[in-house]
Amino acid sequence: MVEIIPLLKQLLSASGVAGYETPVADILQNVWKPLVDEISVSKVGSLHGLKRGNSSEPRPSLMLATHMDAIGLIVKGIHKGFVRFTDVGGVDPRVLPGQQVWLHGSGPAADPGNPLPGLVVKPSAPLLPEELGDQVIPIENLFIDIGLAPGQVAKFIQVGDIVSFAQEPMEMNGETVAGHSIDNRAAVIALTMCLQEIQTRSHSWDIWATATVKEEQGYIGAYTSAFQLRPSLAVVIDTTWAKGPGSDDWNTFPVGKGPTLMWGPNIHPNLHKSIKELAEKLEIPHAIEITGQSTGTDAFATQIVAEGIPSMAIGIPIRYMHTPVEVVSLKDIQRTGRLLAEFIQTLTTDFMSKISLGS
Amino acid sequence: MVKTFYLTKKQTTLLEKLSQAMGISGNEGEVRSVILEEIRPYISDHQVDALGNLLVTRQGSANNRLKVMVAAHMDEVGFMIAADDGEGIFRFESVGGIDVRQLPGKSVLVGKDHLPGVIGARPIHLTTASERQNKIPLEKLRIDVGPGKNPIKPGDQAVFNTNFRRVGPSLIGKALDDRLGVAVLIELIKDAPENIDLQAAFTVQEEIGSRGARVAAFSFKPDLAFVVDSTPANDLPSWDDAENVTYNTHLGEGPAIYVADGATLSDPRLIRLLKQTAEKESIPFQLRQPGGGGTDAGTIHKQAGGIPSVSVSIPGRYSHTAAGVARVSDYVNTVALLKATLRSIQPEFLAQERK
Amino acid sequence: MKSLIQKLTETFSPSGYEQEIREVVRAEVEPFADEVRIDPLGSLIVRKGKVGKNGKRIMLAGHMDEIGLIASHIDENGFIRFSGIGGLVAHTLLGGRVHFVNGVSGVIGGERIMDVGKTLPVTQLFIDVGASSPKDCPVKIGDVASFDRPFFDMGHRMVAKSMDDRIGCAVMIESLRSLKSSPNELYFTFTTQEEVGLRGAVASAFGIDPELGLSLDVTGTGDTPKSRKMDVKLGDGPAIKIKDGGMLSDPRVVQWMINTAEKEKIPYQREILEAGTTDATVIQLTHAGVPAGCLSIPCRYVHSPSEMVDTNDVENAIKLLIALISAPIRL
Repeated sequence: MVEIIPLLKQLLSASGVAGYETPVADILQNVWKPLVDEISVSKVGSLHGLKRGNSSEPRPSLMLATHMDAIGLIVKGIHKGFVRFTDVGGVDPRVLPGQQVWLHGSGPAADPGNPLPGLVVKPSAPLLPEELGDQVIPIENLFIDIGLAPGQVAKFIQVGDIVSFAQEPMEMNGETVAGHSIDNRAAVIALTMCLQEIQTRSHSWDIWATATVKEEQGYIGAYTSAFQLRPSLAVVIDTTWAKGPGSDDWNTFPVGKGPTLMWGPNIHPNLHKSIKELAEKLEIPHAIEITGQSTGTDAFATQIVAEGIPSMAIGIPIRYMHTPVEVVSLKDIQRTGRLLAEFIQTLTTDFMSKISLGS
Repeated sequence: MVKTFYLTKKQTTLLEKLSQAMGISGNEGEVRSVILEEIRPYISDHQVDALGNLLVTRQGSANNRLKVMVAAHMDEVGFMIAADDGEGIFRFESVGGIDVRQLPGKSVLVGKDHLPGVIGARPIHLTTASERQNKIPLEKLRIDVGPGKNPIKPGDQAVFNTNFRRVGPSLIGKALDDRLGVAVLIELIKDAPENIDLQAAFTVQEEIGSRGARVAAFSFKPDLAFVVDSTPANDLPSWDDAENVTYNTHLGEGPAIYVADGATLSDPRLIRLLKQTAEKESIPFQLRQPGGGGTDAGTIHKQAGGIPSVSVSIPGRYSHTAAGVARVSDYVNTVALLKATLRSIQPEFLAQERK
Repeated sequence: MKSLIQKLTETFSPSGYEQEIREVVRAEVEPFADEVRIDPLGSLIVRKGKVGKNGKRIMLAGHMDEIGLIASHIDENGFIRFSGIGGLVAHTLLGGRVHFVNGVSGVIGGERIMDVGKTLPVTQLFIDVGASSPKDCPVKIGDVASFDRPFFDMGHRMVAKSMDDRIGCAVMIESLRSLKSSPNELYFTFTTQEEVGLRGAVASAFGIDPELGLSLDVTGTGDTPKSRKMDVKLGDGPAIKIKDGGMLSDPRVVQWMINTAEKEKIPYQREILEAGTTDATVIQLTHAGVPAGCLSIPCRYVHSPSEMVDTNDVENAIKLLIALISAPIRL
C-alpha cells in the first residue's frame, strides 16, 4: 500500500473545505495531469480530467465523480481576542472541544502559505448559559483560541476565514488509516488508482474523472459538472458508514471487507446489476447497500440533471464519519479503484442499449 | 339531484389493473407495462428515459399550436426490504411518506412474484397498557413471509395488499394516489385534441421529491403543464363537532384545482382557464385549500427557464394507507374538465401577462 | 431615493402575485433599459448593454415578492383562515393589519390564548375583514394578502414592511439609473417567488445563462439586545456575503467585491448569515455552474412588518454596485 499513504498525505497537506477547494484542486491537478489527455476546471472550480476512448465518435462517456471538498469550520466573528466560528457541512459539536485546527487567515499580517495553529475551546461552566449544565455545548458557545494577544488577532484573522482540522493522518493496525477528510479523499485516491490502472489498457468510452466541489453544501459541483459534461453514465464514489462503536445497524458495513454497491430509487437498477455482476465475477469483496430514498451522494444530483443520467454510487466504508478521526481500510480503497478500472473495460459501444429500462 | 356516473366495464378493469400493479418509487416497471399495453394502439412512438419515465407525444395539427405537458405519477408509497433477519422475517424501510401507525396488522405483497407477507404486532396479551399508548417505531416492525426458503432479497419492493373494488359511488383500493391520475392521462391520450401537442408524462419518483417529473419536463420543454394527482379529502367530522376548517377537499365536489401548495404557486392564468371551462361545461369543481403538500408541478414549473403550471387532483380519503376511497363522479368529472380545458387552449394563451 | 423606496415597499405583492410590483418597477426601469422581458414565472428581466471588451454577461437578482398570507377557508361566520406564503414569523402576526391584492383590508385575530408563554400558531389565527358569513365575505379561498404598514423615514434609518427585498430592488433601480457605462451585459432581474423557495430565480437564471451572478438582498444584524451573534451592524456599510444558510459564495467573487470596495473607499462588512439564503444559491447551480455572490443590505427585524435599514448603507450599496458592474471583471 506504499502508493496510497504518500498520496493521501499529499492530499491532506492542503485544506479543501467546501467552497474553498482550490488548494486541494491544485495538488490534484498535478497528480492527474500525467494520467489524462486533457485537464480543465469547471466554472465553479470542479476538476475535470478527460481520458479519451478509442471507439469512433460520437463516443459515449462515463463520468466518475468524487467530491474533493470536506467539512470544516469558518470564522464568523472575533470577540475579545477569541474566534467565533460556525461549521461548513455537518460537524457534530461533540467532537469539537479540544480539537486542534489550522486557521487560514486573510488578515494583513497573515501568510497564505502558513496557516495559524489554533485550539477549539469550551469555556468553563460559569461562563456558559446555566441551562446547558453538563450537556453538549453548541457550536455558538465554543471559541477558537489562537494564542495571540487580543489586539493581535485581527491582524491575522477576518470574518470568513476558513478553519480546517489539524489532525495528521495516522497509519493504524490492519492496514487502516485514521485522519480528517477521509470523506472523501479516500474516494479521490480510489479514482486516481483507477486512472493509473487504465494507463496501459485500452477502453472504448471517454472517461471523465471529476473531482467535484461543494458536495457537502448541496451537491453544487455534481449538478453543474454533470450538466456541462452530459455523460451517458455517472458513477459516484463516496464514503459510507462502517460498523463500529455506536454504529452497528443493518445500514453499516464492515471495514476491510470491500466497498458497498448502493441500491434504491437513486440508482439505475441495470447499471447497479452490471457492476455487481462484475464484482462477483472478479471476486472483489463487496456489500449491497440499500438506500430507501437518496444515496446522500453526488449521485442524488447527477441522476436528475437535464434529461436524466443513469447513476450508480459506490461507498467506501469509514468509521466515525465527519469527525477528524475517520478510519478507512487501505485495501478497500484499492479494491474500489480496481473495480472502477475493470468496469471501464466492460463498456462496449452497445452498453447503453443493454441497460435501457425501455421495452 | 342524483347523478349516476358510469364507468364502463373496460374502464373499471383498467382502474383495477392500475391500482393492483406494484410500483414503489424507483421500481415502477410493472405499472409502466400496464400503461403501455393500454395506450399502444393510440401512439406511434414512446420513450422510456434514464429514470424510467414513460414519455409519449400525441401531435396535434393546428398552426402555432402550444406544447402542453400533462403529468401523472406511476409510483406509489410502499416499502423496500432492507435486511434479512432469517426465518422469512425481514427488516424494511418505507419509501415515500407513510404514517407508521398505519402499518401494524397489515398484509403486503413482496417482490416481483407478489409473495404475500404480513406486518405483525406483538400479541395484546403480552403488552402492557402503557406500551399500547406508544406507536411501534419502524425499526421494530418486520415483514413476515413465513418460514422456509424464499426468493426475497434486500432491495425488493413491497406494497400493501388490497383488492380494488367499486362500492356504490365509490372506488376503494390502494395507490389511488396516483393510479387514478394515470387513468385520467390514459383517457386524454385516447382522445387527444388537435389544437395542441399533448406531451404525456407518466412519471416516476413523485413520492420522493418529484424527481422523474423534473427530467421529463426538461426533455419535453413544454409551453404549459398540467399535473393530475390525487389530493387528500380530510372531510371527516371533527371529534368535538367543531366546523372542519382543514378539510383540504371534499369527496364528491369535483376535481380539485390547486391555487397553492407547498411546492407550487399555480399560474393564475391556468387557474382561470380551468374555472371558466368548468363553469362553461357545467362541470363541478372545488379549490384545494392552499397549504402544504406538493405535486410534480413543483419540479416541472422551475425547469428550462420556467413553465407555467397548475395541478388538478381527484380527492381521495386515506391516501398513503392500505386503502383509499374516491368517488367515481370525481374521476369522471376530472377527465371531462381536463379534456375540455385542453381543447380550449389557443396559441395566444401565453400572450397575456402572468397575473 | 426615499420616495422610490416608499413606493416599492407600500405595494402589495406576495409571492406568486407580483403583477402590481412588476408594473411599478417596470415604469421605473423602462426609460433606462435596452430590453425588457417578462419570463414564464413572471420575473422582470431588464437588459442593459452588450458584452464589450473584457465584459461578461452578469445576472443581478433582487426579488420583488414579499411574504404574505393566502386564504384557505371562510368559516360560517365570515372569518378567514389562512396559510402563510413564505416564512412568516408567528409572533409578529397577532393584531397585525393585512391588505388583500383584491383591495380588501383586514385584521389578524386569534383564538383564546390558553398559555401566555406560547405563541399562537397560524392554525389558531384568522383574518377579520368585517364579514359575517361566506356569502358576504369579499375574500375567497386562494386570495392573497400581505402586511399593511406605511413606510417610515427616520432620517438615518428607514422602516417599512417588505424591505426584504424591495430595498434590493431599489438599489438595482438606482444603480441602473445612475450607471454611466459598462463593458458588461447586465441583466437586472427582478425575480418572483424567492420567499417560497427561490423559484423565480431558478427559471430566470436558466433563461439568462449568466457568467457571473450577484443577488441583492437583505441580511440580518447582530446589533440588537441579546440577538444571535453576528458581526454585521446597521450603519457599518453594505455586507459582502461569504456564507449563508444555503450557500458559500464563490471566494473569487467575494475577493472581487472586497477589492472594489477598498479601491473605491466604500465601507463594507464581511457577512456570515447562519439561517436564510438568497437567489444566489440557485444562480450558482444553473447550467454548467456560475460563480455567484451577494451584496447584502443589513436589516433589523427581518420578516416582521417593520424591517429597518440604514440610509447610508443603502447609498453605499448603490455606490458599490455601480463600481462593481461598471468595470471589466477579472475573477
